[in-house]
Amino acid sequence: MAEPTITLNVTRYRPGQDQAPTSQRYTIPYKNDWVVLDALNYIKDQLDGTLSYRWSCRMGVCGSCGMMVNGVPKLTCAAFLRDYQQQEIRVEPLTNFPVIRDLVIDMSDFMDKLKSVKPWIIRKTEKPLSEGEYLQSPAELEAYQQFTQCINCMLCYAACPVYGLEPDFIGPAAIALGYRYNMDSRDEGKDLRKDILTGHDGVWQCTFVGECTEVCPKHVDPAAAIQRTKVDAAKDWFTSYLLPWGQK
Amino acid sequence: MNGTRPDKSKLYYPKMPATWWLKKSSYLLFMLRELSSVFIAIFLVVYLMQVYQLSRGPEAYVAFAQKLSAPGWVIFHILALVFSLFHSITWFQSTAVVMPLRIGAWEMPRQLMTGLNVAALIAVSIVILILFNTLRG
Ligand code: SF4
Ligand code: FES
Repeated sequence: MAEPTITLNVTRYRPGQDQAPTSQRYTIPYKNDWVVLDALNYIKDQLDGTLSYRWSCRMGVCGSCGMMVNGVPKLTCAAFLRDYQQQEIRVEPLTNFPVIRDLVIDMSDFMDKLKSVKPWIIRKTEKPLSEGEYLQSPAELEAYQQFTQCINCMLCYAACPVYGLEPDFIGPAAIALGYRYNMDSRDEGKDLRKDILTGHDGVWQCTFVGECTEVCPKHVDPAAAIQRTKVDAAKDWFTSYLLPWGQK
Repeated sequence: MNGTRPDKSKLYYPKMPATWWLKKSSYLLFMLRELSSVFIAIFLVVYLMQVYQLSRGPEAYVAFAQKLSAPGWVIFHILALVFSLFHSITWFQSTAVVMPLRIGAWEMPRQLMTGLNVAALIAVSIVILILFNTLRG
C-alpha cells in the first residue's frame, strides 16, 4: 500500500531576487504525529535545503515558529497535520510583518515596542538588601500571573487588523506586558508607562476585535489587558481632571 | 542593544488585501462597528434637531416628526437601532472581560455575564415601554 502523503503549499521569497513572494508545493509523507514544523523540517532536510523559517524549542516555549497555517496564525510546532482534514496545507509568514526571506519575518518593530513599555520592575527607590526581598501574597501574584505567560510569538499581532492598518499601534503583547508590570505589587513605574500605553498609539487604537486573545497559544488574554488599561486610564483621567483634590 | 537589523531595502512589505475584512466574522464585525459610528452620529444630529424643534413649539415639532415618518427615515432609524444594539452588546462583552465577577474561587463565565447584561437591558427596555404607554394614557 502506498504511503499516505500530504502537500504543503509554502510561501517563498528570496530577497534581492524576487519582487514579491511566490509559493511552492512540496508533497511529503503524512505522519499522524507530525506537526507542521516537522513537515517543514522534512522539506528542508530531504527536499529543499534553501527553505528558510525559524524554530527552536519544538514545544511551544520559545515563540519563534509562528506562521500562518491555512490563514490562521499558529505555532507550527503545535499545529498537527491531522487537525487539517485536507490534502493541502498553506503555510505563509505571519501577516502584518515585513518578510525577510521565505517564512522569516522582521520582528524589529515588535522588539522596539516591547522595550517601549519598560517591561521590568521599576522602583522609585530600591530598598536596601538588608531589608530582604519584596514579599507578595498569592492574591497579588494572581493579579498579573497570567500576563507573564507571553512567549513573544507575535501571533496576536498577525491576528490584529488594527496593527495591520495602523503599524504604529503598540499592539496586544506589548500592552499585555506593560499591564503585567503595572499590576505587579512590587512595581512603581505605572506613571512612566502611561504615555506609551495610553498615548496616541496605545490602547485607544484598539476597538476590541478580540482576535488576539483568540489566537494566543498561552492564554495570555491580551484583549483583557487592553480593555482594563482603558478603564484604568479613564479612571485616572477622572481623578486628575475632575477631582483635582483626588490626586495623590 | 539594537541587534542586527535586516536591510530594509530587501524586505517585502505585505499589503492587506482590500477584502481582508471578509475573511473572518470578527473582522467583519470590526468593520461594521467602524461604519456604525456614521449612523449613530447622524442619529444624534437628527435627535438634536428634534429637541430644537420641540423648543420652537408643538407645530414645528409635529411638522418635523411628519418629515421623519418618510420611509427613508424610518429605514434609517431601524438601521441606527440595530447598530446601537450591536454596540451595546459589544459593550457588555467587554464589560465581562474588564470586570470579571468572582465569587470565592468561582469566576462567572464571560458569556453568562454578557447574557445577564443583555437580559437586564431587555428588562429595562420593557419597563420603559410600559411606563411610556401608561403615561400616554
Ligand atoms: S500575547 Fe499570546 S499571542 Fe501575543 S505574543 Fe504573547 S503569547 Fe504570543
Ligand atoms: S519551536 Fe518554540 S514555540 Fe514552536
